[in-house]
Amino acid sequence: METQTLIYIFVGFSFAVYIGIAIWSRAGSTKEFYVAGGGVNPVVNGMATAADWMSAASFISMAGIIAFVGYDASVYLMGWTGGYVLLALLLAPYLRKFGQFTVPDFIGTRYYSKAARVVAVVCLIFISFTYIAGQMRGVGIVFSRFLDVDITTGVIIGMGIVFIYSVLGGMKGITYTQVAQFCVLIFAYMVPAFFLSFMITGNPIPQLGLGSTVNDGSGMYVLEKLNLVLLDLGFAEYTAGQKSMIDMFAITLALMVGTAGLPHVIVRFFTVPKASDARKSAGWALVFIALLYTTAPALAAFSRLNFIETVNEQSHSVAPDWFTNWERNDLIAFQDKNGDGKMQYRAGEAFAGKPEFTGEVGSEGERIIANPANGDSENEIYVDQDIIVLASPEIGNLPAWVIALVAAGGLAAALSTAAGLLLVISASVSHDLLKQTFRPDISEKGELRAARIAASLAIIVAGYLGIYPPGWVAQVVAFAFGLAAASLFPAIFMGIFSKRMNKEGAIAGMVSGLVFTFGYILYFKLINPAANGPDSWLLGISPEGIGVVGMALNFGIAIAVASVTAGPPLEVRKLVNSIRVPRGAGEAHVH
Amino acid sequence: MDAHHNTTEPIPAAEEIAEDGETALREDAYWHENLRLLSGLMAIWFAVSFGAGILFRDLLDQFMLGGYPLGFWFAQQGSIYVFIALIFYYAWRMKRIERKYDLDD
Repeated sequence: METQTLIYIFVGFSFAVYIGIAIWSRAGSTKEFYVAGGGVNPVVNGMATAADWMSAASFISMAGIIAFVGYDASVYLMGWTGGYVLLALLLAPYLRKFGQFTVPDFIGTRYYSKAARVVAVVCLIFISFTYIAGQMRGVGIVFSRFLDVDITTGVIIGMGIVFIYSVLGGMKGITYTQVAQFCVLIFAYMVPAFFLSFMITGNPIPQLGLGSTVNDGSGMYVLEKLNLVLLDLGFAEYTAGQKSMIDMFAITLALMVGTAGLPHVIVRFFTVPKASDARKSAGWALVFIALLYTTAPALAAFSRLNFIETVNEQSHSVAPDWFTNWERNDLIAFQDKNGDGKMQYRAGEAFAGKPEFTGEVGSEGERIIANPANGDSENEIYVDQDIIVLASPEIGNLPAWVIALVAAGGLAAALSTAAGLLLVISASVSHDLLKQTFRPDISEKGELRAARIAASLAIIVAGYLGIYPPGWVAQVVAFAFGLAAASLFPAIFMGIFSKRMNKEGAIAGMVSGLVFTFGYILYFKLINPAANGPDSWLLGISPEGIGVVGMALNFGIAIAVASVTAGPPLEVRKLVNSIRVPRGAGEAHVH
Repeated sequence: MDAHHNTTEPIPAAEEIAEDGETALREDAYWHENLRLLSGLMAIWFAVSFGAGILFRDLLDQFMLGGYPLGFWFAQQGSIYVFIALIFYYAWRMKRIERKYDLDD
């Protein structure tokens, strides 16, 4: 059967499953809509959390980033997994014991203040929207690359699917579709990785393969050979880093703390029956995440090595099929600078920016590029980092159904994260802004309707941002973590671990952390991007890692302000006592 | 200790929280044992990621684990395995501590 037909079958079938689950698990109450009724098994919730967490970026882009920067990409591997330790040890069980529906619920109640709740809602909406636009874009990209429809149509189809199961099923629908989506995405990720690992090292387990010798009789280890080959072509060693130690440190910490402060991840732990289940569930979530996160570095190294060996110094006319396939999709380009018809892959950019194809075909069958060549480098190959995952089935010579599986997996990763984000946005509007702040007399039915309307509106906004991505989306999407680290995490943490922290301190801390971090990112990314370099960075910390300074500022200001203002009232101190103790978690509150 | 707060009040009513001295002492002791455990585990969390993966990476890279330089292994593989172990160990120890103070859920 043709690849294209298989892709339609796989994607169509996975969509049918998601919609079927949505109809089966329709939410009937606000409690089901917000926290899936609070009775989700911890292992199931762990799996849903993993799908919720692993976005289009984790699935499509991460291995590519690792492949092209090597050691420096460890910040993502450690940062996006280490956050689960913080969640399991410092936040999740206590928030579950608290037993409400949303993150602003906790902040508003713990800091006995509507203002604190509204500040938390603002932080949450800001973080979630920057994140969700990237997901919808990811949906559009997968559609356009695998299904030959344009990005706009792809985004609209994605919006339709998410609409059906998140608006209908709420958290209940999302939870069970996320379980299905996790199975699809992890299978799609692992199959090509097994084959590539076996092909290159003879060991099918990628995590072991990366530490083994190459299968070519040289007796060299994979990483040893990769270092050698890269040095030869003028690149830095794969296992050596370019980033400064302080920046590595700051980015890793910002990503860890940010992960623990992301509202759509935190709310997943409101759905398990007990506080102790929240701990277990975080452990299971990390097991499922680690499957992909420990495979990614192996996939990255194998693909990079394979890429160099099959492309470098080959003439374009005999380039592998996947090379020409993805050249047709604009992800790869070849500019024959020295006119020898062979593809020289070297350090440095072949040309500036993305390739502009003229529509003509060169003597070797390559697509001609209009970009002026970069004379400083002998490199003739342009390669988009997403290629590492997208082309992995073809690089491994796998059958067409694996390609179809990767398409379905990429969509599952993007849709599951988008749905989780939509839910926290809609809950913060219907529950925190309406029910708890502006319209306390709203009925349960009215609140549920408001939640569905809010989810619908959020989907439309997210879809719009996906179709017409404003420049800032791509620029700031990675910074949602810094913002979460600087605003929500300290407020939640101190709400649990300090009985002295009061509303004045928490609000001042959140606002200053958010404003500082946002301002720093805005300055270096939008206002004065020319200055974005280690020399002008504060303490040598890049905008990606600045959330750590924002977090320190948040803690410092909160503690200083709290020490000169009145302590929290007695009920709040009792509330803190009660959330610290697991007994009596019972069910999530029904209002 | 029963806390099924099926009220419209978002804050649990004060009388639902244990007030007697014996329970307060138990809760206090439980919390301190939790904090001790937490500081130990957070130290390991820090050591395997920021320590072995970043600060002391060059030192550790002199040793090999199969084909992995050790520091690189911690940064891209080992720290993640330790993170998983930390969470499950914490969940298991906390359950025991909660039972000891009769505060489990």
